[in-house]
Amino acid sequence: MSEPLQPVIVGAGPAGIRAAERLVRAGLRPIVLDEGQRAGGQIYRRPLIEDGRSYRSRYGSEAGKAQRLHETFEALLPEIDYQPETLVWNISAPKRGNQLDILSSGVHRQIGFSQLILCTGATDRVLPFPGWTTPGVYTLGASQTVLKAQGCTIGDRVVFMGSGPLLYLVAWQYMKAGARVEAVLDTAPVTSKRHLLSLAVHAPRIVALGLFYGLQLQLAGVRIRCGVRPEAVLGKGQVEGLRFRRRTLKGDVVETIACDALAYGFALRPETQLADLAGCRFRFNERDRVWLPERDTMGRTSRPDVYVAGDGSGIAGADAAEISGELAAAALLQDMGQRSADTTRLMEARDAILRQRDILERAFPFPDDWIETVPDETMLCRCEEITIAEGRRAIANGSVTEINRLKALSRVGMGRCQGRMCSAAAAELLSAACGTSAGAVGRLRAQAPVKPIPLGFGASAGTETRS
Amino acid sequence: MSMHAQFRRRYRLDETPVPFTLNGVLETGRRGDTVLTAILSVSGRLRQSEFTGEDRAGFCLIGACQDCYVMLANGSRVRACSTALLPGMAFITDLDAMAGAAHE
Repeated sequence: MSEPLQPVIVGAGPAGIRAAERLVRAGLRPIVLDEGQRAGGQIYRRPLIEDGRSYRSRYGSEAGKAQRLHETFEALLPEIDYQPETLVWNISAPKRGNQLDILSSGVHRQIGFSQLILCTGATDRVLPFPGWTTPGVYTLGASQTVLKAQGCTIGDRVVFMGSGPLLYLVAWQYMKAGARVEAVLDTAPVTSKRHLLSLAVHAPRIVALGLFYGLQLQLAGVRIRCGVRPEAVLGKGQVEGLRFRRRTLKGDVVETIACDALAYGFALRPETQLADLAGCRFRFNERDRVWLPERDTMGRTSRPDVYVAGDGSGIAGADAAEISGELAAAALLQDMGQRSADTTRLMEARDAILRQRDILERAFPFPDDWIETVPDETMLCRCEEITIAEGRRAIANGSVTEINRLKALSRVGMGRCQGRMCSAAAAELLSAACGTSAGAVGRLRAQAPVKPIPLGFGASAGTETRS
Repeated sequence: MSMHAQFRRRYRLDETPVPFTLNGVLETGRRGDTVLTAILSVSGRLRQSEFTGEDRAGFCLIGACQDCYVMLANGSRVRACSTALLPGMAFITDLDAMAGAAHE
């Protein structure tokens, strides 16, 4: 086959759609591979069928952005090769040519690319605590997704716990949808909220919205607590309540709240496996305690034909993702010799958002003392069902100081999720045991397939099984 | 045992019913449901974990955690959060109940 190779964009969220738009405007025809059934990504995810809700009802304050992005994508469809329900599960090493292994609606294929823009997004960052695998415990993002895309709530009487603006937003959305919000438990200490004052100067809209949600929840009688650490999910086989501790001026107070579902999470963690398989160099980001692909201000990685954009290149939110998608496409075009006039303006807009993120992180800090207080019998890895005790024992017995060594000895990160749900905890556990920073324990290497694929497909990799 | 429904439907209540079976029992989902929504709207579990046998009902709901695999009656498995419900699908979320039924 000697067809000319096309640029490939992985992901059809805010970053992927804006990247595609920019390439199309320059006369290119990108292939857009999307794991979702419909473009929009997770933040602007659409339901499988329309359910009578307006954009306003589904996306709230972000309705305008969601609608514009969806309309942009629909208009692009004749100009791009869009493949929904398509998983990219491997990227050939650079020496073996530009090949992606994809699984598309059950069919395995390899496709080539001239350049690759990875817009792989993010998942919730979670930490383990006793009972977190109980049915009825979901990530914060999950609780929002199922309401947005399926019109369901994760329970009738729901507790929300964690940190970040999403906590108050989702609790409010649940209240509006008719669920009973039993409590909003903020793991950040109340004193950290002083940073919202400086955020109000830079991003008054974010602060105003947060205050609005918080106030409406309080007016409805919802309990809001700060400085919370969970002790345990109550109930076996189903959620019956949550026991938690909270720091007060008079010392720690233990409280119990009855509920039938819990949503929790601590901001997001980027999906970087494909950049890893592509051979991109990584660097540890101290603020987000995570390894990110090295990139320049426009999204060029250490590999000349691979670009990254959106939350998968570093958590910055949907608005920044739209801009970084456009910038990555502009970088690709520049590298082909095309000039782009407006990149300075785009970078300034993106940098303004990044400055807001710095303040947000201080207002909603990661609970870095968390892992030390998790009891031994708690599940660390929910796929392989490895406990914290087993993790700690592997570290001690093997004198482990490196995360891939911990994986080899304990199987943490080796299960179906490939470390997506446990790698943050494993890194915190190991760095706490070693008395080092989270970055010093190294980076969990990605393995193909990045997500489970049906047996038989992997075995036939390398052969064209186009049907 | 978890016979309670975990999820609560808030929209699409009057959407076209889609029949499926859960551990041999006829249930009804709605057009536009994922497998996960259909099952958790009538039950509190999707599977039992491999090593401890504890009930699981999904976690991330965006195809990342791989916690929501559900067994079909033909022995194959689907990731419930990212699979659309089709009429006539047959799910097994309780191997003990099915084994008991087979002996009767």
